[in-house]
Amino acid sequence: MNRKSHFWTKGTDPFVRLALTLVIAAMTCTALLTGCHGSQGLPAFEVPEQWDSSKEYEITFWAKNDTNKTQTKIYEQAIADFEALYPNVHVNMRLYTDYGKIYNDVITNIATNTTPNVCITYPDHIATYMTGSNVVVPLDGLFADAKYGLGGSELAFDGPTEAEIVPQFLSECVLGDAHYAIPYMRSTEICYVNKTYVEALGFTLPDVLTWDFVWEVAEAATAKNADGTYAVNGQQVMIPFIDKSTDNMMIQMLKQRGAGYSTDDGEIQIFNDDTKDILYTVADHAATGAFSTFKISGYPANFLNAGQCIFAIDSSAGATWMGSEAPLVDISPDKLVQFETAVRMVPQYDPEHPQMISQGPSICVFNKADSQEVLASWLFAQYLLTNDVQIAYAQTEGYAPVTTKAQQSDEYQDYLSRAGEDNDAHYPVKIEATQVLMNNAENTFVTPVFNGSTSLRDASGQLIENVAKSVRRKETINDAYLENLFNDVLALYHLDQLGGGVGGGDKDALGPLPTASKALIGVLGVAWVGIIAVAVSDELKKRQS
Amino acid sequence: MAKQLNRKNALFAMFTFVLALVLAACGGNAASGGGSGSGGAADTEKGEGVMTFAEFSAAKVDDPVVIEAYVQGKQSWWENQATIYAQDADGAYFIYNAQCSEEDYAKLVDGQKIKVTGYKAEWSGEIEIAEGTIEFEDGNYIAPATDVTALLGTDELIAHQNEKVSFAGMTVEPSTDPDGKEVAFLYNWDGSGSDGDDLYFNVSDGKATYSFTVESYLTGAGTDVYEAVKGLNVGDTVDMEGFLYWYEGANPHITSVTVK
Repeated sequence: MNRKSHFWTKGTDPFVRLALTLVIAAMTCTALLTGCHGSQGLPAFEVPEQWDSSKEYEITFWAKNDTNKTQTKIYEQAIADFEALYPNVHVNMRLYTDYGKIYNDVITNIATNTTPNVCITYPDHIATYMTGSNVVVPLDGLFADAKYGLGGSELAFDGPTEAEIVPQFLSECVLGDAHYAIPYMRSTEICYVNKTYVEALGFTLPDVLTWDFVWEVAEAATAKNADGTYAVNGQQVMIPFIDKSTDNMMIQMLKQRGAGYSTDDGEIQIFNDDTKDILYTVADHAATGAFSTFKISGYPANFLNAGQCIFAIDSSAGATWMGSEAPLVDISPDKLVQFETAVRMVPQYDPEHPQMISQGPSICVFNKADSQEVLASWLFAQYLLTNDVQIAYAQTEGYAPVTTKAQQSDEYQDYLSRAGEDNDAHYPVKIEATQVLMNNAENTFVTPVFNGSTSLRDASGQLIENVAKSVRRKETINDAYLENLFNDVLALYHLDQLGGGVGGGDKDALGPLPTASKALIGVLGVAWVGIIAVAVSDELKKRQS
Repeated sequence: MAKQLNRKNALFAMFTFVLALVLAACGGNAASGGGSGSGGAADTEKGEGVMTFAEFSAAKVDDPVVIEAYVQGKQSWWENQATIYAQDADGAYFIYNAQCSEEDYAKLVDGQKIKVTGYKAEWSGEIEIAEGTIEFEDGNYIAPATDVTALLGTDELIAHQNEKVSFAGMTVEPSTDPDGKEVAFLYNWDGSGSDGDDLYFNVSDGKATYSFTVESYLTGAGTDVYEAVKGLNVGDTVDMEGFLYWYEGANPHITSVTVK
């Protein structure tokens, strides 16, 4: 403040004074605003020449599990084993059961430079993390490092080489022109089928489901007895087709139809005629009660296991909850119904050319001021790709290991070959779900990742949810309804404001400006008008005199 | 010179004002609080177009509903959506993801009378009011907790769904943690969580054992009940209060525990 006053007391040209004032004020406000709403970027990470084993490092690992104690124990064992190999590194784990919560916490912590070191996440989310400068470490340099990279010479463990990571899964971690993550586990959507009821309805279950088949059987299953119970199960409840993830449902249907979703650059294409056609179909079957969703009715597994659902679509990573003999069950034993569970890829429009989504957790490394700390983080992240971790974790659910090194190992092949030996570690539904993914790796796809792609994903599911709910509430679904829905969803998810591109400006990243900040911007404008008016008046009077 | 000083003073004042606003803008928003209720009686008369609890109960899933009730507990607020427990003289309501600003959420103190317009929904057995809007009304009522200990395991229990309820003289039974050890509580249903996650613990009424929950969004780490449950021992006799949430059966969300 004193220095600014000093400039005003010198007989400097008023326009120079004005310019100086503008610069100083702008710098001051910028510094203040930056201090409040973001953090100054870290320098870009450079791989250290040598790992410093003499210094203690404490790193944080934000992990996600599927509310599965075995997964938690595998993480804990991995940390213990890693710390034994690198005694100067201490890993503190924070457990999450929800990717969305990790995402929100990371966003909150970017502003204060308190991000974790290593984090389980989705590439969609990383695109938003990259809004900050040098927040997430690009990994290509680390991949290639001869000492500490993938398969590096000075690693204390037997990790995979880059060539031993399934290329399709690794390519999903490319954002822009670099890898910003490594895959950890992969899953896909699976249709778990009550084959007993399909056959009881007079149908033969095909190897590859088509949408037409699913809708036809689902409609047949809505037939009721005279007493109001459903003919197929004799119960008061039957929702023949329930989808856990309506965003994946819409995304896969659009992909299978060759319809628009988005471009790689983030151009939104979802509001198209194919989407309308899909939504009309959803409306038709929601109206008859043949179709519902997780958000509307509940977990597909609970309905399937109670004999109240025939087609339950959920992740392969939910396989241990599916079926009469499932090791994990959330309904009381007296509600369980015995039936034969069949595992199929998600329904297709063109069964000769099936397409299904690839999903599952990836791992990113956050940048820190100390490059040795980042190297410690990378070593731990890489350790999660070793066979011990990959094979153990993949067996907890219908996950596929992300390395060929693990997939082709004797231990893993033995595991697959023992499907059905028991209903725990070798639960056949789980292993069959995994094999659907492994047998169809070339038929999987991912959606483009850009800053805002998370919002687009949410919006795609919202379209189905809204139509299903509206039909149930006796609203009419027509072109006018769909146009309004498109506009509402466009606005709700700010899809008309997406900057596109990785790390581009995304208003969602920091949220809307607080009211006080909006007021401040207005006052700043008024203040500068006053400053300019005083300066101009001063100059005019000086010239007149 | 005097005029120049005045102009300088004016500019200095403007700049100071701007800086003050900058700092104010960055300083965070003070929470706007609502008045605390005194816990009067619940109104028995309903407003125009408002359902009685019996009419709400009779409504079908997906029907539009309008109710008046009093806030009994707040579970969560996120992206302008609030989830709350409310109750009137005749029954209770679980209001899920109602439209609500953060400022209004702060005013939803226990006892506050509200009018909710939304749709009746059922999710895994839990009856809800979904996609509601909330209006504030004059009135205040804190519902007493109904002792439903004797109703555990009976078909009558569901009539108290979402109500503020109490359980008396129950015994803490062991849960099995991921290492196979018997413990008094678990983080998450299977012990897969950590501090801050939901707590699950088993209690017995002498006839059967039931799983109760401390829902972390409703009463998270640091709250009295969360810490009290972490301090339980197998064999403790406890009195509890909570809300009778439903998930594929009774799943009480406990809000207070007293070891006897």
